[in-house]
Formats: sequence, C-alpha cells, structure tokens
Amino acid sequence: MPIDAKTAAHVARLARIRVEEERLPALAEEFSAILGFIEQLNEVDVEGVEPMVSVSPMRLKRRPDVVTDGSMPEKILANAPDAREGFFAVPKVVE
Amino acid sequence: MGDLNRMTIAEARDALRRGEVSAVELTEACLAAIEAAGALNAVVHGTPELALEQARAADARLRAGGAPDMCGIPLGIKDLFCTRGVPSQAASFILNGFRPEYESTVTSRLFEAGAVMLGKLNMDEFAMGSSNETSTYGSAVNPWRRVDDETPLTPGGSSGGSAAAVAADLCLAATGTDTGGSIRQPAAFSGIVGLKPTYGRCSRWGIIAFASSLDQAGPMTKSVRDAAIMLAAMAGHDPKDSTSADIPVPDFEAALNGDIRGRKIGIPREYRMEGMPAEIESLWAEGRRMLRDAGAEVVDISLPHTKYALPAYYVIAPAEASSNLARYDGVRYGHRAKLGAGDGITEMYEKTRAEGFGDEVQRRVMIGTYVLSAGFYDAYYNRARKVRTLIAKDFEDAFAQGVEAILTPTTPSAAFGLGEMADADPVRMYLNDVFTVTVNLAGLPAVSVPAGLDSQGLPLGLQLIGRPWEEGALLNAAHVIETAAGFASRPSRWW
Amino acid sequence: MLDLTFDAPKPRVISGATGDWEMVIGMEVHAQVASKAKLFSGASTEFGAEPNSNVSFVDAAMPGMLPVINEFCVEQAVRTGLGLKAKINLKSAFDRKNYFYPDLPQGYQISQLYEPIVGEGEVIVWMGEGVARRVRIERIHIEQDAGKSIHDMDPHMSFVDLNRTGVALMEIVSRPDIRGPEEAAAYVTKLRQILRYLGTCDGNMQNGNLRADVNVSVCRPGDYERYRESGDFSHLGTRCEIKNMNSMRFIQQAIEFEARRQIAILEDGGEVVQETRLFDPDRGETRSMRSKEEAHDYRYFPDPDLLPLEIEQEWVDAIRDSLPELPDEKKARFIAEFGLSDYDASVLTADVESAAYFEDVARGRDGKLAANWVINELFGRLKKDGHDITRSPVSPGQLGGIIDLIRKGDISGKIAKELFEIVYTEGGDPARIVEERGMKQVTDAGAIEAAVDEVIAANPAQVEKARDNPKLAGWFVGQVMKATGGKANPKAVNEIVRKKLDL
Repeated sequence: MPIDAKTAAHVARLARIRVEEERLPALAEEFSAILGFIEQLNEVDVEGVEPMVSVSPMRLKRRPDVVTDGSMPEKILANAPDAREGFFAVPKVVE
Repeated sequence: MGDLNRMTIAEARDALRRGEVSAVELTEACLAAIEAAGALNAVVHGTPELALEQARAADARLRAGGAPDMCGIPLGIKDLFCTRGVPSQAASFILNGFRPEYESTVTSRLFEAGAVMLGKLNMDEFAMGSSNETSTYGSAVNPWRRVDDETPLTPGGSSGGSAAAVAADLCLAATGTDTGGSIRQPAAFSGIVGLKPTYGRCSRWGIIAFASSLDQAGPMTKSVRDAAIMLAAMAGHDPKDSTSADIPVPDFEAALNGDIRGRKIGIPREYRMEGMPAEIESLWAEGRRMLRDAGAEVVDISLPHTKYALPAYYVIAPAEASSNLARYDGVRYGHRAKLGAGDGITEMYEKTRAEGFGDEVQRRVMIGTYVLSAGFYDAYYNRARKVRTLIAKDFEDAFAQGVEAILTPTTPSAAFGLGEMADADPVRMYLNDVFTVTVNLAGLPAVSVPAGLDSQGLPLGLQLIGRPWEEGALLNAAHVIETAAGFASRPSRWW
Repeated sequence: MLDLTFDAPKPRVISGATGDWEMVIGMEVHAQVASKAKLFSGASTEFGAEPNSNVSFVDAAMPGMLPVINEFCVEQAVRTGLGLKAKINLKSAFDRKNYFYPDLPQGYQISQLYEPIVGEGEVIVWMGEGVARRVRIERIHIEQDAGKSIHDMDPHMSFVDLNRTGVALMEIVSRPDIRGPEEAAAYVTKLRQILRYLGTCDGNMQNGNLRADVNVSVCRPGDYERYRESGDFSHLGTRCEIKNMNSMRFIQQAIEFEARRQIAILEDGGEVVQETRLFDPDRGETRSMRSKEEAHDYRYFPDPDLLPLEIEQEWVDAIRDSLPELPDEKKARFIAEFGLSDYDASVLTADVESAAYFEDVARGRDGKLAANWVINELFGRLKKDGHDITRSPVSPGQLGGIIDLIRKGDISGKIAKELFEIVYTEGGDPARIVEERGMKQVTDAGAIEAAVDEVIAANPAQVEKARDNPKLAGWFVGQVMKATGGKANPKAVNEIVRKKLDL
C-alpha cells in the first residue's frame, strides 16, 4: 500500500520526529518502497500458525520482593540535560 | 617480541602464562597500533589509562597464578555496550556525552576475567546499518583494499569498527552484537571470525537495545579458537535479563577437536540466490568439499521460508526499535535540542529526536511506528511473527532430520566501497543481511569464518549455523573449515 | 452460609427537559500493590522519599536496562483475583503501551492488554439491608505506574520525579454496571475494603495508592436493560472517561457533573464526544484533557524483554487456601454468631482490624453489648482524637474487662463510661481501677436502704406527692444515686424506693 505525505506526517508525529514539510513526499516514497518489500509476507500462508512469542522456551524469571536498588539520585540525574533541585526539568507540560 | 598486537587470544594467553610477555606490553602494543590507525576510524573513544590500569592488575593476577584465559587480553568494545564512566553512545548523536553509571553484564564478565578495554569501537548508529555509514562518528574504514585500488571500503556493519579493529590488529579481539547479521557480515567483509551465539547465551543487560528479541552479543576474533575462549568469558546466566538462559556454559575450546566424521551438514537450496556472484558460489562449493573431506556427510536440505526472513525482519526489528528508542527523548540523558520561544514539550521531543537520530534510524523508527499503529498490527506485526514461527520451524525440521550444522555463504558479496550504496534505495542495503537474518529470527547460533579471497583480493566468509546451545559443535565445524581453508591473508598496511 | 439474596437498587434518574435519563458507570480502579520493591526493579516503593531517590537505572530507563518481574506482585494480583471470585489465567503476557510523556521514561508502560492475569469476577456492593448491586469485573491486569510531573514549581518548566515510576499497579476493570454516584462511591469503598482484607493494597487514597478512572454515559430508561440482554453497547450512550480520582467525594461530584453535562448536550441536540476528561475539584467541573487526545494510538505489542508469565495451578490453589475471611462472609457470621444488627455488623466489618478487635472483645461475652461498646464508646472516642483502631489506647482485653464489670453488676453503665475514660487516658487494669478508686457499685441492701430512708426522711412533701404520682419514684432514685456518688446499683435502689413508698 503506497504511503502518502499525510500519512508520513502522521507517523512522524506519532514517533515524535520533526520532519520538514518539503521532505515528506520523499519520506513517503521511501516508506512505500520498504512497505512494498515487506508486503511479500502476504504470499505466506499463515493460517493456523501461532505468532512467535520468544525464541527461548523458558520460564519467566522472577525476583523476590526485596529492595536492592535505588538511593542514588545523583547517579540518576548525572547525565540529565537539565536537572534542578533533584528533579528532571522539562518545558512546561500543559494537561 | 615485535607485533604483539598481532597475536591471537590463544597465543597471548599462553605467552602471558609463560611470562614471555606482560599484559602491559600487549596493551601498549595495541595502544600504539590504535594511535597509528586514525585513518580507520575504528576506535571512537580510546581509554588508554583505564587499559593500562587494567593491564597492570592483570599482570599481578597472572603472577599470582591461576588467572583465567582472558586475563590480560586487550579488547575493543563496541560502542553499543554501556561501560561505566566511558562514553557509550551507540554511535548516535542523541546519546552525545552519555557516560553510564553502570557496566554491561558482558563487559563486567570480561573485566572480571581480567580482560583489558582499549576503547570503544565504531558501529552503525544503534546497530542499524550494514556498512558503518550511519555512525555519528563517520564511517569506520575496512583495512582491506581491492588489489591496486585505493577506494575506501566498508568494514561492514553494524559492528564495523569491531571488525576493522580486529582485522587491523588494533586489539586482539572485540565484542560485537548481532541483530540481523551485525557480527557475521562485518567479520566476512574484514576476514575475521564472528560468532553470534544462541539467543539468551549472553546477557543483554547494559547493551543498548536495538531489537530486543533479536539482539545478541558475541565475540569477533582472529581465530575460531579465540571465539571459543572469548565466548566462554562473555556467556552465562544473568538474573538481570529475563531472556538470558539459565544454562551452564561448557568449555567451548575443548570442543575444538577437528573431528566431524559422520556429522551431517545441511546445504539449504533456498540460499542459492539468483544473481549470486560466481565467486561466492564457488567458495560455498569449496566449503562443502572441505567438510566432506573431513568426513562429514553433506546433504541438501530445504528451508522453505528463507525468502520471507528479510521482510519479516524488517517488520519485527523496526517495530521493536521504535519502542526501544522512545526513551531517547532529551529528558534524562543525551542530547536535548535548543528550543525556540513558545516551544513546549512536544517540540522538545520532535526537535531532539530529529537532531539526535540519523536518517536510517529515523526511517526505521518511523517504519516501526507505522507497522504497530492502529489497524496495521495484525497485517504487519502479527503476520511477521507468524512467519517467524515458520522460519524457526524450517530449522527445527532440518535439525530433526539429524542435521547438526548448516553451511551457507555469509554475504552475497565482498565488501563494497564506502558511499557506493548512498543513492541506492534502502531495501538494496537491507539485502546484505539476506543470508544472516534467518538465524536471528530463529534465535540460533551461527559463525562466519574467513574462507578465501575474491578476485579483487577481498576476504569472503562462510557461515555455519548450529543447533541451539551447541556453539561448541558449531565452532568445531568452523574450526575444520578454518584449518582446511588455511586463511592466513592479512590486509597490507596502508594506514 | 452466606446469604446473597438481595434486590438491585434503583438507578439514579435525572429528569431532563425531554424526559428521564439514567446514568451508566464503569470503573477502572488502579490499586498499588502493597510490595516493598517495584514491579520490574529493586527500587523501594516507599512514599514520600526525596525526589528521584527511589529510582534504579531500570526505572529511569537508562540505555540497556531490562525488566525482571517481582513475584510478590504477581501473587498479589492472583490473590486479588481470587478475592473477587475471578478466573485466574495461568498464562498471561506483558505488552508495551507506547506514548510520550516526561514522567514515562521508557516511552512505554509495561501492561497487560492482550492476556491479563485475571479474568471475570464480581463485587457485591451493598446499598442497604437486602439491597445490593452486583458489579461484574471484566479483568485485572498488572502494570507499571508512571512518575510524577510537578507543574507548579516553576513558571516555565515542569519538574519530573521518578520515585513512583515502575511501582506495581493492579488495574481492576469493571463492566458498566454501576448506576449512580452513590453506587460508584460504594463500589470503590467495597473494593477498597476487600483489597485491605486481602492485604494486597493498603487502599490509601490520599497518597494515590488507590485511584479510579470513571467512565460515565447516560441513556434513556430501558436502554440499559436492552444492553444487558443483548450485550450490545450501542444501546448505551457515548462515554467519557474522567481520569485519576482519589477521593470518594470527588468521584460522586464528578459523575454528577459529567452526567448533567452530557444530558445538557444531548437535550440541546448535540452529540457527546468520547474523550478523556479531568475533574477540577475547585470548580466542581470536568474538563477535556486535550494533551491526551492526539496520542491515542498506543501501538501495543508484546514486550520482547519479557517472556509470557506462566503460573501453576498448585500455586494458585495454595494462595486460595491462604485467603482470609472476606467482608461479606465475616459480616454474615457476625450477624449469626453474635446476634448483631445488619448495621452494626457492617460497621464492625468495615475493616479487618476493627473486626478483629471486636471479635477479641466479644469472645465469651455478650456480642451485642460488646458491639455497643466498640461502636459507640470506643469508635466515638477514637474519632474525637482522629485515631484509627490500630492506635487504640484501650486494648480488647481492657474493654472486655470493663464489660465484665458491668455484667457482674460491679459498676453501673454510667460508672463504666467514667472507667472507660480513665482506661483510655491513663491505661491500667479496669478491675483494679474500680477497686482502688472505690468505684464499685453498692449492692448491699442495708446500705441502700439506709440511704433511701435518709432521703425519704428529708423530703416529706415529696413523699406525699409520690403517693399520688408514682412516677416521682424516679426523683427519689436520682436523689439516692446522687447521695451515693452514683455507686449504688440503680436497679436495687429503684426496688427499695418503691417498696418504702408503698408504690
């Protein structure tokens, strides 16, 4: 299914990646080519086939309810572009 | 002793134990080689001080006796591994300046075994690419060149820096990661050995995720024996990774007895692709002969869904990546875009991610977003997962017939020139992974072994695919090819 | 056995200009699992810590970090499911819900969309004696909580604290079976009660450990019944979801406002738009949450970092065997065993600590008397001090001792109240206090007779009047009680007064 510029813009927005207006048609074309390639999958008969969940047939690992981590706010904030008073700071969010 | 950096792990291990060489000497030789190899752009963050400190500690341990195999071995570490206090950026601008406060499980294990880290190695951004050209650091360059031709070639990708560094003897070995062929393809392009272990063999904890259900770390080495030694140090159960297998790690090196008599090796007819270069075809035939000569039973097999592996991969990997890369948002680490007046949180996200991610990463994140979006989930993602089941079943069927390993070419061509694919449509670049990607979808171990040179003097690799958890048997078969091929060529030094 | 016959309450009806409207309400209650560590990391869940201190690298979604599940949290979800008589799914799976928000570090919430751990169950919500609503539970799933964004610390910036990020929540999803604001509050109250009985959630709404998203729609009388018969949601109106409420009062106010808002739109010929809304307690209104609207494509897919969660039937059975007596059963038992009224039994079983306290007091004693003392004296006194039962200065043994003294006739009811106050404020053994402070009731007939005689002798005029008006005997009893400092046995005084006055 070919992708148009409007769909490309929608996807870019969902992915939170700014794409300049004039680049959208080219992007849509790239998407269309990739999706065209992907659509070969439609040739496969998948009737009754279970989707793969995991290649490793193991029991999910569990941990006990014990506090083993945390108490290191300075390490958590060490790489932050903007940290203030122990918090991460971001442009104002309007709810 | 000259050229210490040219040693294999096995040679260095033995020399270190005999006291013929020190870890510091080995490390200094590698650091000097790195110093002189700027043109390869393989090492992107050198850590010479850390390396020498680790080397001195290794020497003390060696003197005390009983040191593990990897003690004192200088390694390069792919930039995808988080290494404490050392830049770890996945070759992306979005992680510019990121220095983790933690150490990945695989590097922790290597360091606990006494290994020395020389620095971080170049790669494709977030391991997305087959040529190292998507790196924020600029491409690594293959130490190999075509005969009488100075065209810079790709070392392959995504572990291109690792392949280049090992091939150019900047380190004794390197870590790589493989999501669709990212260890094996660059290993083949650079004339070295690259092993992708069974999914779950090495912990993913602390390795920057690309596609969680496919990613697996592995060794990139100068010999099959080295791969066996290094894998043993990297592997093992990790309670911090829910997908890491609680299975004992055997002595892989001990499996290398060269005896494959009576072993059944499968040759999948679907890998005989149209338009495959004659040289690849004949290399493959040569591989079959080598195995047969060693007493293996070479049989034709069918893996009927092979053709659909690449399209399934290009649904699953981008879908997982689109979610895995959502955390790069400019809030807690890495790059944050400069904002204009009136810009809010959405603008911060959109500008940060547009500036921080390169074109290929953006493309894959958006494709992944699209295939997961409302109304398309079943048509794309779920269908791809079903095809994945069929691909895994193809292998199970072959193994059920007694096949112990499967022989294929690693890549459809030798290394190509940097920039050569710049104008090609993205799908053409994706075709590089056509022989390697099935293995990731099925979670199997596979190794690429250098087996010959093409007419232009470039290395070519053969791939062996093994049964789950049987890396030892797989490496033993690879060892047979390695010995029979007697691949001893090295790139002549131009850098 | 538990008697579960009841009548359904009437739905709340609002009369509009164009006729009557009914409310239809479904709820998603987010209950924080009472665990020490987070769902997928080893960081603490403790409330009120310094910002970003209960945060691991996993919670902060540092590159390469991976989730490993806390088994205790899984157990609590199973336990909750069993408490709600729900189907436990031996195989469930975790999905990622993808959206961008600063307090969601991973860019996705790990939840269970496709295969939740708990399936259909029910909650019986009592609205009065013999009147209850059976609210069907659709599912319970486990998921991660988000962090906290603080918007009022800086004019241009929002501040993010990740302490809450990754704390385990159980999302308990009801069917749209709730029919009015009071029922909604009663449903949350009942659910909270059950969770607290089970010990799976502390139910602290103030700290946000229990909060509700409320789906409200309105329909015409008869439509709801048509929906229940056919299962066809098109009989119901378009719903709006009011997010994140942590007060019973606000839940009721928000539902009331929202239903009236929707009715006004519909009666105006408009259409209700399905959307997420926020309740503003200052204005008593709900308003549209625009920021959430555009991000509605959550791109759910199975989390590749986690395998499916498979649990064993034996484990589920062991959890079932360890379930405590639940509120409805306990209440029925209190009525049967102690002869309590429905009301008293409800009050005493409201929380498990009160019920246990009462049982300790009532054991081997008169259950009704014990209920009276626990409800009227103890609860009343605790309320005055703002204490709950767990901080009662009077132990069940002490209160039982007071009741024993009453039964034995050692003290009167009036003295008993004084004694209770002494025990409450000063502590000590009630029998000993009575002894030491001479509070014991005078039951000695001779002593009482003497006192009666004295009063009669001192009040001849009253004696005359009493002969004509026997009701005045009470006046004499009062005088005698006064004269004996309240310690005389009132019953004995009454008898002797009547005898002496020839009444």
